[in-house]
Amino acid sequence: MPNSRTSRSPAQWERYSSTERLLRFSLLLLLIIAVLYSAKSVEIIPEFLLDAPEQIRDLLVRMWPISYGFYPEGVHDPLMDTIHIATMGTILSILLAVPVGILSAQNLVRNSLLNGFARLILVSTRSVNSLIWALLFVAIFGPGALAGTLAIAFRSIGFVGKLIGEALEEVDPRSVEALQAAGASWMSVLLKAYWPQLEPTFWSVALFRWDINIRESSVLGLVGAGGIGMALDTALNLFQWTRVSLILLSIFVIVVIAEIIVTQIRKRII
Amino acid sequence: MTVAWLALVAYMIFAGLRLDFTWDRFIIGLDNAERFLGRMFPPAILQPDSMAKGLLESLEIAILASFFGVLLSLPLGVLAARNLMPAWVSWPARTTIALCRSFHPVIVAILFVKAVGFGAIAGILTLIVASMGFIGKLFAEAIEEISLKQVEAVRASGAPFMSVLTYGVFPQVFSRFVGFATYQIDSNLRNSTMVGIVGAGGIGATLFAAFQRFDYNFVCAILIAIILMIMIGESLARWVRRILGVDVSKSDA
Amino acid sequence: MNSSVQHTLSIRGLSKEYVPGKPVLRQIDLDVDTRGITAIIGPSGTGKSTLIRCINRLVEPTAGSILFEQQDLVRLDRGALRLARRHIGMVFQEYNLVERLSVMENLLTGRLGYLSAWKAWRRKYPQEDIDRAFELLEIVGLNGFENQRADSLSGGQRQRVGIARAVMQNPRLLLADEPTSSLDPKTSVEIMQLLVSIGEKYSIPVVINMHDVDLAKRFASRIVGMSGGAIVYDGGPAGLTDTVLQSIYGGEDWLQ
Repeated sequence: MPNSRTSRSPAQWERYSSTERLLRFSLLLLLIIAVLYSAKSVEIIPEFLLDAPEQIRDLLVRMWPISYGFYPEGVHDPLMDTIHIATMGTILSILLAVPVGILSAQNLVRNSLLNGFARLILVSTRSVNSLIWALLFVAIFGPGALAGTLAIAFRSIGFVGKLIGEALEEVDPRSVEALQAAGASWMSVLLKAYWPQLEPTFWSVALFRWDINIRESSVLGLVGAGGIGMALDTALNLFQWTRVSLILLSIFVIVVIAEIIVTQIRKRII
Repeated sequence: MTVAWLALVAYMIFAGLRLDFTWDRFIIGLDNAERFLGRMFPPAILQPDSMAKGLLESLEIAILASFFGVLLSLPLGVLAARNLMPAWVSWPARTTIALCRSFHPVIVAILFVKAVGFGAIAGILTLIVASMGFIGKLFAEAIEEISLKQVEAVRASGAPFMSVLTYGVFPQVFSRFVGFATYQIDSNLRNSTMVGIVGAGGIGATLFAAFQRFDYNFVCAILIAIILMIMIGESLARWVRRILGVDVSKSDA
Repeated sequence: MNSSVQHTLSIRGLSKEYVPGKPVLRQIDLDVDTRGITAIIGPSGTGKSTLIRCINRLVEPTAGSILFEQQDLVRLDRGALRLARRHIGMVFQEYNLVERLSVMENLLTGRLGYLSAWKAWRRKYPQEDIDRAFELLEIVGLNGFENQRADSLSGGQRQRVGIARAVMQNPRLLLADEPTSSLDPKTSVEIMQLLVSIGEKYSIPVVINMHDVDLAKRFASRIVGMSGGAIVYDGGPAGLTDTVLQSIYGGEDWLQ
């Protein structure tokens, strides 16, 4: 191919500018340092690792056959409790999260101090795991489903509140302005302008969180907060592995059923 | 609609009864709560060494689990994409992903502790499994939604398969992948603080021990530290996304 | 069909059935040589697109042979097919650019067949590829666009990138599947002009599948008319009389 522009120096093309490349490189470097450092300080006992497949095989053998017979007396009631804990917890969290979510929405509440405070609540409740919340509430209210429900509720406030707050901030301001111009009260504006636009997200978030909470509720009993986790804890402590596998199976089943329910409702409502 | 609200209230009463929510318990509980909060404040770092070690270990668990988890979910997600792979490849991959997602991390942690012993390794393995399940599923779904036309053109030019992936597939899903990965890293950081309760390493063990000794002021200090650590983690994640030039979307709770 | 002359592309007995018993292509025989543009015309569903896509096996032929560079493309295994495809450039109706990548990166995808996947990922292309890319940008009239994202371009601009990308491969054959069908009339003419000039400049045969007969008559040096999966006309644009067009498209109404 005859080169008709021999007078020009070779054209350069780079995908990223030098600043971009520097940033990306330092990011990569930081990552590698973090990983190597962590790998070094984490204690790895090679014998345990090598032993692992044997241990797992041993475990699986002990968990079979599944003692289905145990279900009616030892599993059914706690399992139902778990579902109630999850549901009540979700309902409670929505009741608590909506006001906090409203406070965090910068277009609804224009006080940045309140916004910041609300966001702090939302971040904090999210950061504390539901298991830890359960520990706290068991210490306060004693073991049982009350502690579990409150744990689920408080943990979910952050999740529900954040998504609702964001959805509120994305509401089309025009319908709000129209109502405000007509002199409607703050509550009216909330119900008639914000709520209709918020509604689909609201149900979507509620269902999503309920689904996650079914999963979360099933393990709270490990620290005494009610539900099937308590049966699991007992079976684990007594090394009744075939009952353990029954419990795991039942947890799996309700999680799957919950997902199916959520998918079906999603299709109809949203 | 009013019927629905009535049904809801009826359910709440029903469930409340079944779960033994009596008013007495609640009042006694509030009383307890008052005393409890009193003992939590002011927060006190009773064992700074143990706490620092625990926090650091949680961080390390999160870093390693996220690193390997993200790395492994990339090929796993690709293999599970039904528009790229034949059924005999995508089906096992999808099953693997489903298995990884089926159980709560705490349960997985218990099983790993049984398999590899107490300590951070169990925690790391647990969260790797959790990452593979979460990222793998969403990544595979994202790949299944891409426009195959772009892929077709790259293939028609005679590019090898890996290049077809990096030029035809990944540009379409990159920003979503980064979103999933950062969400999961954040989730791993949170879970790393908790798996210690069942012996899988991290600050969870310190926290649990403090609970059992009724050192509630120490508990409070640890909780504050955990919240701070996670808040810093979230800010870092936003910063990283900005550097990578990915849309900083808001929806990650 | 003179078998002692080497054609760039020699198709023999090409057949394709998507549904068994309902052939879309029936025993196609076609030779393509270096000069000029070959336009394939015909009504929708008559197999024009299938024919084009069978050549580089984006669609798998049911039977027949396709001789290109002394190889029967139909018989090649995946690895050899990939290597052969490097020499066949393709332009698509909907441009099929990688939307999120820049124009330059799209151009360079034409060279992916020649670069290891690792180097390609790191964007470490040989200097000659970069030079050629800039050259082609100028030829297609997109000077200065190299860092723009593909999805920020207009349809006509995207197709130019598509053409440049195909030429980046240094192909011995250029295929185009309805390259102007998504463009307005003026841009369509520009694109056809570009295809003609590229074909001449690099001495590459260009095979275009199109539905606009006037465009075909104006720019193609050879017209292949298909009807019902078979070739019913093969000759210059002058020979495309109304009678011939009727045998291809059927019915008189559309000729008014």
